[in-house]
Parts: sequence; C-alpha cells; structure tokens
Amino acid sequence: MADALTATTILAGRGAAAVTPARDNSRSWPALAMVAPAIVLMGLLLLGPLLGVIALSFTDYQLGSPRFAWIGFANYEEMLADRVFWISLRNTLTYVAIVVPTAVALGLAVALLIESGSSLRAWYRTIYFLPVMATLIAMSIVWEFMLHPQFGLVNGLLHSVGLEGRSWLQDRGTALYALCVIGVWQALGFNMVLFLAGLVSIPRPLYDAAEIDGAHGAWARFRLVTWPMLGPTTVFVVVITGIRSFQVFDTVHVLTKGGPSKSSEVLIHTMYIEGFEFFRSGYGAALTVVFLVFVLLLTLVKSSLANRGVHYA
Amino acid sequence: MTPRRHGITWSAARHLLLLAGAAFILLPFIWMVSTASKPQTEIFTTDIHFIPQNLALWENFATAFGKASLWRFLLNGVVVTVSIFALQVLIALPAAYALAKLRFAGREVLFALVLFCILIPPQATAIPVFLLFHQIGILDSYAALVVPFTISAFGIFLMRQFFKTVPDDLIEAARMDGITEFGIVWRVMLPTAIPALTAFGIFSVVAHWNDYFWPLIVLNSEHLRTPPLGVASFRNEEAGTNYGPLMAAAIVIIAPLVIAFLLAQRRFIEGITLTGIK
Repeated sequence: MADALTATTILAGRGAAAVTPARDNSRSWPALAMVAPAIVLMGLLLLGPLLGVIALSFTDYQLGSPRFAWIGFANYEEMLADRVFWISLRNTLTYVAIVVPTAVALGLAVALLIESGSSLRAWYRTIYFLPVMATLIAMSIVWEFMLHPQFGLVNGLLHSVGLEGRSWLQDRGTALYALCVIGVWQALGFNMVLFLAGLVSIPRPLYDAAEIDGAHGAWARFRLVTWPMLGPTTVFVVVITGIRSFQVFDTVHVLTKGGPSKSSEVLIHTMYIEGFEFFRSGYGAALTVVFLVFVLLLTLVKSSLANRGVHYA
Repeated sequence: MTPRRHGITWSAARHLLLLAGAAFILLPFIWMVSTASKPQTEIFTTDIHFIPQNLALWENFATAFGKASLWRFLLNGVVVTVSIFALQVLIALPAAYALAKLRFAGREVLFALVLFCILIPPQATAIPVFLLFHQIGILDSYAALVVPFTISAFGIFLMRQFFKTVPDDLIEAARMDGITEFGIVWRVMLPTAIPALTAFGIFSVVAHWNDYFWPLIVLNSEHLRTPPLGVASFRNEEAGTNYGPLMAAAIVIIAPLVIAFLLAQRRFIEGITLTGIK
C-alpha cells in the first residue's frame, strides 16, 4: 500500500526545489515559445469561458438568436422566483448531505478494516475500487435493472424476506435516495484508497507511545492517534467528495431525468436542460454561477481548515 | 492500527464485515454478468437465481453487437482518449519544463494561473465553449470531443512538480552536448518522467473514456458516439425490454478499463487518485 499514493510523493517533491540558473536571455525566448500554446489554450478554453459564463449570466442570450441584451440580474431574479430552481438546489444539497458523510465514513471504515489485518488486503482493495473504474453510465443501466419494480434483484431480495418492494426510481419518495445509494457505491472505493494512503503515513512509534500512555483498546488508539493524524486526509476527502457530489449528473440524466415530478432534479441537470435542451444560454449560465459558488465555498472551507492547523504531521 | 494483537474473533469479524461490504460493491457486477448470460424467459421472472439454467451469453452478445455499433463506440473511445492524452502531453510538457527549469518574465503569474485553472470544474465552462464551437462550426465532430481537453492545467502542474526534482546537472550536460531547449524536453525530460506520465495518462484516459456530460452536449451523429453515449442510446432504443443484450453491451463498455485495471492495479489506483489532488 505504501505506493498507493505516489501522487502525493510526486507532489510532495523530492527535496527542495532545484532552481536552475537560466541567467542569460538566450533561453528566455524558447521558454516563451514553450509556454505560448498552453497560455493560448488556457485563455481560450478555461479562463475565457469562465469569465464568459459570468458575463453571459447577465444577458438574455439564446443560442441562434441574432442579438442579445444586457439584462442585469434578471436571470438571477427569474431563478430565485422559479420553483424548479429551489427544488433542484434542495435536492442537490440533500444529495450532498447524504452522499458525503456516508461515502466518507464507509470509506474510512473499509480502510481501517483492511489495515487492521494482513490477509486478503489486495483483494479487498481491488474489489472496493472496481466501481471507480467502471463506466458509471453502463453501471447506472445495471442499477436500473436491479431496481426494476417487477424483475429487479432488489425487490426480489426484499420479497424473499417478506418485505414489500417499491418502484424505486419511479417513486417521488425514493428516486433521489436511490441515486444517493449509487453515488455512495461509486465514491466509497476512491475514499478508501485516499484513507489507506493516509493510514500508511501515520508513524508507527505514535501508537507505541500511546500504548505506553495507557491507550490499550483499539478504540483508544483510534481516538488518540489515528483520527487526529488523519485530520488533513479527512478534510481533503470530504471536500473532494463534496465537489464531486455537487457535480452529480450522469446517474440523474440516465435514470430519472430529474423526475418523477422534479423529485430528483439537481443543479447540473437543470443547467443542462436550460442551457442545452432549451438553449437558454444566459439562464443556464446563471445556474452555472450558482454551482460555481458552491464549489468555490467548498474549496475555501478546505484551505481555511488547512490553515487553522488541521495538519498534525 | 496495529494488527499484531488481534485474535481469531477479530480476524473473523474483519472478514465478515469486509465481505458484506464487498457483496454490496460486487452485486451490480455479478447481476450484470448473470443477466447477460440468461435467455429472455429467465430474465423476466420474479424468482432470483444467479446461475442461468440455459446459457444465453453468446446470443446476448451477438444481439448486442448486431443492434448497436459497439465496435464503433469502442473505436471512438480509443480515438478520443488517445488524441486527448497525446495533445495534453504535447502542450503540457514544454510548458511544465519552462515553468520548472527556465526563467522568464511572468513565470510566477503563469504558475498561479495554472493553479487557478485546476480548480475550474468542467461543467463551468461548458456553455461558453459550446457557443464557441457552434460559432466556428465544429460541433458534432471528433474535434469537439477532443479540443476542450487538450489543455490540462493539472497535467502542467503535475509535470512541473516532477521536473523540479530532476537534477540540473542533467540539463546542463544536455546543453553542453548542444541539445536545444525543445530537444531537452523530449529527449532528456520525457524519459525521466515516464512514471509520472503513466499515472497522468491513466488518469486522463479513464476520465475521458467514462465522460458522459461533454459528449452528450456536443454530439448528434451516431457514428461519433463514445462508449458511455453508445450504451446509453442503446438502452434508450431498447426501452428497457431487452435486458440480456443490454447487460452484454454494458460488459463490453466497461471491459477495456476493468481488464486493464485488474492487470495493473497499483498503477491504476495511483493514476486515478491523482484526481484527489485536483
């Protein structure tokens, strides 16, 4: 497992930065030629569009229309007055509030369980990581059949223990939660791997020291050493899972299209419908900006926590 | 946690819990293979059995390949992911080298911009990039699938961090030998960067093989569909009636990555967790 996160190793860098003395100007122009394509593409495909989406959100532009006008905050006003926007926002937050704690807690639990013994480690790691690799769209279609009201495995299993099945994805009371289950199923293995890397990096002597200080049970060791030492990893995993959950789209688009009666409508799906099915680019851009604000908030939470000394290592 | 002092009971509990979790994780995969092996009559039944009484795996695969252009989808997946990765490397490597090892005006600003760009989620730029592509008329083409991802700020960052660790002596020696700065990138830096590049390659290929959002937005033509789009459209056309072939198609779509993952697990886990840094 020690190399599970070579990325971290790569990024932590091997020692201090080796500053190259490229003193003479003869290397200045090759340098500029080297970065020029990257700069142009970054401007054209990332920074430009980012500014563009903010600017667009203040216009009434629709794809194909010959002209557009600046309409100030009208898109935002329309959005705030729209019932669908609020449903969509509430559903997205519900999805995040369910998937993040569950996928993080289960990821941690699985990582701890795997690390607590020596047999079959690699097997378990492989199995739990499988959903991260498998194309989510294809697996969504499998889930859809598993959740089939009549012939699905889930209802079949429920019947066999005498419970009543449901039309999980067609029922407005369960559709969003069914999507949450798929979300957790997919995110768990990724979190597990990050936690495994975090666990390996905890110095062994700390456990010995804790034991000398009287921490004998597994729980005491976890509470006194593992959990605090995993602080930075946990913050990181929470933020990553949070950002990914805000982006939820694939399962929604394939399985429910936001239905039934908007019960599983989420932000990016609403943005997709407005921006790419109704081609209301301006309004879609305003929805994108709302999405961006949430993602930005999460990033800020991460960096502020990191600065407040969550780092113990 | 320390494994040494746990007894048999703990070991059994550990396996019991992990196996229960593994069952939840594996269930969709098992059900997918099971359904793909069953004839229609065994699929549309309420009793649960995983092993088919009559094996129809071959028929279901044949139907799937007959009804959907699965080979074409796979080919599109390969063309798109390979083109994206090749262009990402072509653009990111020189930039990363310049940022790591050369001094030029605006270097710090550029690096700050790269760090900022890493944070931009792909959904955020979708509408403007779509309008741009509409304007220049390249929607519904391979170019539309590839171009937005040719610039990987994350790739630049990753390779720059890696290049920082390459000893300057190596570069100086190459300069003594009269190799140009561009030559150094491809003949000196690239070979040292193979491990980092492999991890980034896996990350990139997996992300774009599985991507659904962007191809869904820019594509119309059936012959350009990428694997996720292909399997989704097959499912829409079959309207949930023909589950055997549909599950067979799902197997075909996930097979390349899953097999590659099983063959090189460590590398894949390294590569995918790179996203963690994003």
